[in-house]
Amino acid sequence: MTRGLFSQTGQNARLILRRDRIRLPIWLLAIILLTIVVAFAYTGLVPTEQERMVMAETMRNPAVTAMFGPGFGLDDYDYGAIMGHQMLLFTALIVGIMSVLIVARHTRGDEENGRIEMIRSFPVGRVANLSATTLVLLGANILLAILTGIGLWATGIEGLDLGGSMLYGAVLGVSGFFFAATTAFFAQLFESSRGTMGVSFAFLGFAYLLRAVGDVGNETLSLISPLGLVIRAEVYVNNYWWPVLLTFGLAIVITGLAYYLHSLRDLEAGFIPSRPGRKHASIFLQSPFGLALRLQRTAILGWVGGMLVLGASYGSVLGDLETYLEAMELIQAMLPDVEGFSLVEQFLPMLMAVISMICTIPVLLMVLKIKGEETKNRTEHLLARAVSRSRIMGSFLVLSLVVGFLVLSFGAIGMWSAGAAAMDEPIPLATILPAAMVYFPAILVMIGVAMLLVGNFPGATTLAWGYLAYSFLVVYLGAILQLPDYLAVITPFGHIPRYPVEDIVFFNLFLLSLIGVVLIIGGFWGYKKRDIFG
Amino acid sequence: MSIIEISNLTKNFGKVRALDGINLELTEGEIYGFIGPNGAGKTTTIRILLGILKPDEGQASLFGMDAWKDAVEIHRRIAYVPGEVNLWPDLTGGEVIDLFVKLRGTNNESRREELIERFDLDPSKKCRTYSKGNRQKVALVAAFSSDADLYILDEPSAGLDPLMEKVFQECVLEAKSRGKSVFLSSHILSEVERLCDSVSIIRQGKIIESGSMRELHHLTRTNMILETKEDSISLEGLDGVHEIEESNGGYSFQVDSDKLDAVIKYLSQFEVIKLESAPPRLEDLFMRHYRVSGGDQK
Repeated sequence: MTRGLFSQTGQNARLILRRDRIRLPIWLLAIILLTIVVAFAYTGLVPTEQERMVMAETMRNPAVTAMFGPGFGLDDYDYGAIMGHQMLLFTALIVGIMSVLIVARHTRGDEENGRIEMIRSFPVGRVANLSATTLVLLGANILLAILTGIGLWATGIEGLDLGGSMLYGAVLGVSGFFFAATTAFFAQLFESSRGTMGVSFAFLGFAYLLRAVGDVGNETLSLISPLGLVIRAEVYVNNYWWPVLLTFGLAIVITGLAYYLHSLRDLEAGFIPSRPGRKHASIFLQSPFGLALRLQRTAILGWVGGMLVLGASYGSVLGDLETYLEAMELIQAMLPDVEGFSLVEQFLPMLMAVISMICTIPVLLMVLKIKGEETKNRTEHLLARAVSRSRIMGSFLVLSLVVGFLVLSFGAIGMWSAGAAAMDEPIPLATILPAAMVYFPAILVMIGVAMLLVGNFPGATTLAWGYLAYSFLVVYLGAILQLPDYLAVITPFGHIPRYPVEDIVFFNLFLLSLIGVVLIIGGFWGYKKRDIFG
Repeated sequence: MSIIEISNLTKNFGKVRALDGINLELTEGEIYGFIGPNGAGKTTTIRILLGILKPDEGQASLFGMDAWKDAVEIHRRIAYVPGEVNLWPDLTGGEVIDLFVKLRGTNNESRREELIERFDLDPSKKCRTYSKGNRQKVALVAAFSSDADLYILDEPSAGLDPLMEKVFQECVLEAKSRGKSVFLSSHILSEVERLCDSVSIIRQGKIIESGSMRELHHLTRTNMILETKEDSISLEGLDGVHEIEESNGGYSFQVDSDKLDAVIKYLSQFEVIKLESAPPRLEDLFMRHYRVSGGDQK
C-alpha cells in the first residue's frame, strides 16, 4: 500500500468548497425552502381533517402508489403522514440529483479536464480529491438533514413533531450521501464525466422505477431499491430509523469500493473502456435534417418520455380530481359554470393549456438550435458545402413541427392512459386528443416567432422565451389573478377554444396557423439575407 | 481562367470597416497565399467568398458565379477548412467526415481511408475527445477526400504537429498537380513560401502587397553580415541599407534588392574579411509591414 494516499485531503476539500461556495448553498437552501413551503401549502390545500381523509382515500389507487409509494398512516392522514408519504420520496430524488451533479463535477469532470493532473503534480495523495469530494458531500448532506429537520419542526405545523422531522431530514441526507457514493463509484468505471453522469442518473431513475414496480406488485424489489427504503422509514407515522442506518452502511461500503478502485487505476483511465464509436455515418446522418435529428435525438426522446410521464401524472389524479375540485374554492373560481360538463371536463382545457405550453419548450429549443449552432461556429461547415440556408432552416423547422406534434400527442396519451386506469368513467381518447391538438396552431405561432427572430434578429432570440413566459403567466395565472382579458389577446394561447367545454372554432385555428406560417416565411426571408457569423 | 475574382470588396460590421476595397484574383491551378496579422480581415474575406457574409460593396465571384447568390452551386466545387474547427461533441470523427462529404455531393471512399491513415486519425472517437489538431485533421480529411476544384483553407495547419504539417503540404501540392486551385490563408510564412505561387498581404482590411512570389522577392531585402579589417566604416545614411546592427566586430544589415549592386560596390573599397548574404524572406517583408501597422495604432 502506498503511503500518504490521503495527504492534503483537507486542502482539496477547501478548494471544492471555494469553487462551490455559491452552487452548494443554493442547492441546500432551495431544497430546504421547497420542503417547508410545501408543508405550508398542504395546510392551505387540505385544511380540514375531512378533506385530508378524502385525500387519503385517493392514495389507495395503484397509479398513485406507483408514483408516491405505498400509503401509510392513511387512517389518520395528518400533515406529517402527508409530507412523509407525498413529499419525501420526491425530495430525496432531488437531493440525489444534487449529489450526482456535484460529485461527477469534482471527480470525473475535473479529471477529464486535466485539472486533477495539475493537482496530482503537487505532493497530494492519490485518493485525496476523491476523499475530499466524499467529505464535502457528507458534510453537505448532514447539514441538509439537520436544517431540514429543524426547519420542518420549527414550522409548528400540527403533526410535524421533532422526532419525525429529524428523521425526515436524515432520510434526505442519507439518500443524498448514498447517491454521492454511487456516483463516486461510477466515476471510477467510466472515462468521461458524461458517461459517469449518464449512468448515475440512469441508476437514480432505475431505483425509482424498481420501487414503483415493487410497491405495486412485489415488495422485495422495493427493498432492494434505495428509494424504496426511503418510503419505508414511514416518517412521522412509525419513524423507523433502520432504513437510514442501512442506507448509510451501504453508502460507506460503496465509497470504500470507489476508493479502492481509484487507488488502483491510472489517472484518466476507467475500468470500462470507452466504446469506440462508429467509423462511418449511418444513412440517417447524411443530410442536414439527419444531422438536426441526430444532434437532438437524446433531448427529443427525453422530452417525449417526460411529457408522457407528466401527462400520466396529471391523468392519475384525474379520477379523484372531481372530489378535490369540489373542495377547492380557488379552482372553482377559475372555472365558469358550464351545464352538462363534469368539473373534470371543465378542468381539461386548463390542463391542456399548461401541457401545451410546456410542450412549446422543446419545440422552441429545436428552432433556436439554429442560432446555437451558429454561435458555436458550426453552421459554416454546412453552408460551406452544397447546402442552402433554406435547407438548414427547413430541416430544423420540420423537426420542430414533428417534435411539437409528438410531445403534444404523448402528453395526451399519457393523461388518457393513466386517467383510464384511475377513473370510473374515463374520458375517452377521442376527447383528450383533440383537446390537446387544438393547441397546435398556438405552438405554430411560437415556432413562427422563434423563426422570425433567428432569421432577422439573431441577437434577440431570448424574446421567444420571454413571450412563452408571458403567455404562461397570462393564461395560467390570469384566471386566478383576475387579470384583464386584453392581456390574453396578444398570446396565441389565449385564442384557443376551450374544448371540450366550447366547440372548436376552426376560424380561430386557421387564423393562428396563418399567422404562424407568415412569421415562418418572414424567418426564412431574413435568414437568406443576413450575415451568418459562424 | 480566374477561379476567384474579388473587386473593390468592402464589408462593415457596424462602424468598424473590416474590409476596405480589396482586390484579388486567383487563376486556375494556382496556390494563392493570403497572409496578414490577426484581425486583418482574412477570415472575413473567406466568409464572403463562402457566401456566409454579404458584401456591402464590390464583387466576389468564384468560377464566374456570384459568391452570395450562387453559393450552393459554387459549393459543389469547393472544399473548405476553417481555422477554428468546431465539431459536434457527440458525433465521431468518422461520422463527421462522412456527413461533410455527403453534404458536398460527391464521395470518394478509397481516398477517405487513405487520408485517415496518412493523417493518423482515429475516426471512431467522439469529437469531444479530440484535441485541436485532431479536429483540424477531421476537417482536412473531409476536404481532401472530396474532389473539389478549389480548396479554401483558413489557417489549416494551426495545431498540427510538424509531421502532420508535412502531410498537409503534400496534400496541397498533390491537389495542385491535379490542376486544382488552392486559396490558403496562413500565419506560417515558411509554409506560404514553400507552397504558394502568388501572395497577398492584408492589413487592416486593405491589401498592401500582392503579386507572384518572384515579384515579392524583389520587394524584399537581402540580409547581410559583414566583417572588415577597418574598425569603423560608415553604413549609416547609405541609400537602401536598413536595420544596421553591430555585432562581434562586424555588422549585420538589410539591403533593398534593387540597391544591392550599389551597396556591394561601396563595400568593396574596404578590406572585406567576411560577407554573408541570406536570401530574402517573406517574413522580413511581413515584419516590415507589420511593424508599420503597429506604429499606426494609437
